[in-house]
Amino acid sequence: MAAMPQIEPHWRDSWATARLYLAVAQGAFRRYSTYRAATFAGAFTNTVFGFILAYTFLALWQARPGLGGYDTSQAVTYIWISQSLLVTVAVWGGGFQDDVQERFRTGDIAVDLYRPVDFQGWWLATDLGRAGYHLLARGVVPTLAGVLVFHTHLPHSPYVWMAFLVSVLLAVVVSFGLRFLVSLTGFWLHDSEGIRSVMLVVAMFFSGMLLPISLFPGLLGRIAPVLPWAALIQVPTDVFLERRTGGALLTGLAFQIVWAVVLLAAGRAAQLLATRKVVVQGG
Amino acid sequence: MAETIATQTLATQTLATETLATETLRARVRWSVRSWLLIAGMWTRAIMSYRASFVLMLIANLATTSLDFVVVVLMFQHTHQLGGWTLPELGFLYGTSAFALGMANLFVGSIDALGDRIRSGTLDTVLIRPAPALAQLCAERFSLRRLGRPVQAVAVLVWSLGAVQVHWTADRVLLVPVLLISGTVIFSAVFIGGATLQFWWGEAKELQNSFTYGGATLLHYPPTVFAKELVAGVVFGVPLAFVNWLPALHILGKPDPLGLPTAFQYASPLAAALCVLAAGYAWRAGLRAYRGTGS
Repeated sequence: MAAMPQIEPHWRDSWATARLYLAVAQGAFRRYSTYRAATFAGAFTNTVFGFILAYTFLALWQARPGLGGYDTSQAVTYIWISQSLLVTVAVWGGGFQDDVQERFRTGDIAVDLYRPVDFQGWWLATDLGRAGYHLLARGVVPTLAGVLVFHTHLPHSPYVWMAFLVSVLLAVVVSFGLRFLVSLTGFWLHDSEGIRSVMLVVAMFFSGMLLPISLFPGLLGRIAPVLPWAALIQVPTDVFLERRTGGALLTGLAFQIVWAVVLLAAGRAAQLLATRKVVVQGG
Repeated sequence: MAETIATQTLATQTLATETLATETLRARVRWSVRSWLLIAGMWTRAIMSYRASFVLMLIANLATTSLDFVVVVLMFQHTHQLGGWTLPELGFLYGTSAFALGMANLFVGSIDALGDRIRSGTLDTVLIRPAPALAQLCAERFSLRRLGRPVQAVAVLVWSLGAVQVHWTADRVLLVPVLLISGTVIFSAVFIGGATLQFWWGEAKELQNSFTYGGATLLHYPPTVFAKELVAGVVFGVPLAFVNWLPALHILGKPDPLGLPTAFQYASPLAAALCVLAAGYAWRAGLRAYRGTGS
């Protein structure tokens, strides 16, 4: 802060912008942390599902040890990590999407468009704040439960944990990119509910949330790893399980970055088209 | 919207004339069912005015709820048994469990919005209407698109009944419809009992998902897959094992991992009756504990 006057004016602007988005993200973090009982209920539900699904994976890997390149403890850990990430990366949709949808309904979306802040950047900041809270509040309990009850695979190296956190951050950005595009269809369709429910099916399946992608047969198994949804659950979980190390880790992160950039750019283009369409009816 | 409200007022007026005749239990049940039918019918007419949207949502619901079985099928690409059970046998478990959950969700699933109504104060409106609150809340936002889950469940069940290796005796055949009805009743009771928690803990909406959706997922897989403590928990705790596990052991001729007396395999209707009693008692206690804010 004290060093600020010496910074070039151009950099001072960027600093102010960064602080603004940080404040927006912090606001979202605090907003979600208000609902403690709901958070507890959610974490409890993730844990119950974790238990049920972990046993089914145990049974499958008992019948077929080493299936898909996962050993049994990795397979069980896969379930717990994916349950911990489910809400953070919003595989089901939601987060800022609910707010935007409500604002389409009320017409407040017009206010968002003439704010002196970038529309996409604003919602991305809120979603990152939300995701930060959900990672702590809905990720830690299921993971702990899994570690205490099952024989799990935890990374020892702090670098793996750091790589995992970077991968989760990128997963949230890719997920935001997808959800932002879905939300923007509201400018044309007025209600993106139908598209959302279709996206839910696609995301649940192709993210690897239900089953690791390496278990998909034939053509499905070939296309699923290159689709953007693989960046949501499959890649960060494989980073955690140390199935992606060295070069594979870098390609995994690069895969996420490419999809993040492509989707954000597509969102930006769609936003430009959409803003030309909006007619604000005064009053 | 104005039309639906008008219909609703009309419906409650018709009901008001019948309020006097509600002294006997039988009349009370009939009155509740009639209220439910009137309100559900009203919502159906409202939703059917957007027919294309309804069809899309029904298809999306069908696809979403089918994913669970797709996963099971994909698992069986890699193995021919899971916990000693074959794919058609898992299909039987999946079909029965998803059918029971789906029908319960169709009939009473809307009750999970109770917490929102308490928070927004609209529960008071429900309570002053001359129709049973429980029937009103269960029929609220009734939508036939929820038929997606039971429809795909029936498809899987029909396939599985043709594919399982079973010597069909009279009691086995009879047990199938019995378990479908008992299962629906048990899940309905769990929905209502779970929602009752929201009288005390308004944000607990997601908690009951563990028992309803989580419970149904548990019942998709054979009991041999799970730890014995977990299986015992759904026999003697929240009695979900009576939805399909226990009767399925008899129908499919499978050994019981807990070694319970065979009477348990026929006891689903009794378990369903006990669930209804417990849920009814919880609901009354919850309603008595509720205090409106008066606003």
